[in-house]
Amino acid sequence: MTAASLLPMAALGGLVGLDVVSFPQAMISRPLVAATLAGALCGDAGAGLLAGAALEMLAMETLPFGASRYPEWGSASVVAGAIAAGIPPASAGTLVLGALAGLATAWLGGWSMFFVRRLNGTWSLRARPRLEGGDARVVPALQLRGLTADFLRGALLTAAVLALARPVVTDLAPRIASSNWLLVFLLAALGASVAASALWRLAPVVARVRWYAAIACAAAIAVAVSR
Amino acid sequence: MSAPELPRRVRAAMFLRLLAVQGSWNYETMLGNGIAFALEPALRRLPGGPRGEAYRAAMAREARYFNSHPYTAALAVGALARLELDGEAPERIERFRAALCGPLGSIGDQLVWAGWLPFCAMLALFAFGLGATPLAAVLLFLVAYNVGHIWLCAWGLEAGWSGGLRVAAALGTPAFRSAPQRLAALALVLGGAAIPLAAKRLATVVFCPSAWWVVGFAVGAAALAALLVRSRGRVQGWLAALAVLTLATMAAAW
Repeated sequence: MTAASLLPMAALGGLVGLDVVSFPQAMISRPLVAATLAGALCGDAGAGLLAGAALEMLAMETLPFGASRYPEWGSASVVAGAIAAGIPPASAGTLVLGALAGLATAWLGGWSMFFVRRLNGTWSLRARPRLEGGDARVVPALQLRGLTADFLRGALLTAAVLALARPVVTDLAPRIASSNWLLVFLLAALGASVAASALWRLAPVVARVRWYAAIACAAAIAVAVSR
Repeated sequence: MSAPELPRRVRAAMFLRLLAVQGSWNYETMLGNGIAFALEPALRRLPGGPRGEAYRAAMAREARYFNSHPYTAALAVGALARLELDGEAPERIERFRAALCGPLGSIGDQLVWAGWLPFCAMLALFAFGLGATPLAAVLLFLVAYNVGHIWLCAWGLEAGWSGGLRVAAALGTPAFRSAPQRLAALALVLGGAAIPLAAKRLATVVFCPSAWWVVGFAVGAAALAALLVRSRGRVQGWLAALAVLTLATMAAAW
């Protein structure tokens, strides 16, 4: 990844960061999509998809309910996809390091969204007297300001993490090469267990449904063994 | 009584603005400003137009605190547009707004975040596990998810406008009441098939394991999942994964 390639990544991070909450919530910010797009921008959509699938499973337990503070998976997935695909040579090691950087970015992103929301609140309170006084132009102005702040938040976060991660990943990737298989196995196991537990808790407590899920799981494991 | 006509371009403008209903989301007014932003094309039709006193008062009123799910907010926007243009009393509109917040938030969260989104994610992961290309997996997820997203917003706007004060009836249909639970159940069953296949595709990037490895992997992952379920939310799986992966990577680099 070169410094020149950081700009499109930052723009993508801004766009998917915006999609998480502000506009248009079309779920281009879901890890499976955002990481694949980042991978494609780096020339290896397949590596991005792998990182996206890992993060998608890990993201299943933190859905954006109400006003709760949750990790921001959009920019995080761009970071993960870019590292998995963008630092040559793309390898299983960069996949794990990408997922790791993505998880850390998701945590930071959750905090950055909290600050943008607080900022929006301050702007909204300040504008209230003008609005109550009959100045309706305040409404689109607040929307535009909020959207701009959210885009910049995602873009800056993505660019900063990628710039910081690049030398670390370049140094670490060859050093963990001999353990790659174990780390990838661990990543897959952690992803699978987090997704399974999240779905289990979301689903209604109906014995028949759980039996169907167990049967589907057994069938899938049989297919996985036989392939 | 049938609903009065609202021009198609006004509805289209309201629909597009609904996509940015959370554009200035904050802890003070939550979706309030976004609701006023989405309603604005309809409010221009108030007596006196956008320079009139009725328009200004309505914009100030609609920008106050409002909370709901962003997609089901379409129902509120449709209904509030109808009430404002019908000339309902401001106190009545404010009481109606306050009454809508809880039900719209709860139904939207259950239907979309706990049902539709996990279902579509599992559908895409299932395709990924079966070997789908990046383009196919991404398109499958985006198309499936946004069919539901766009439909819910468009339906909500229309049902809100038609229903006005009686919009709650639209949410009380048996299909709406049972859909969240059915979708979450479907997501679990689909996840049962998708997660092992996706995990296998991911884990076999480096080497091709024997059947014993796959079974051992499945038992280990199932045990971890059971631990997370038993923790009842006290342990956040993604944070635990961050900690475990960091330690494992540091150990490997050592």
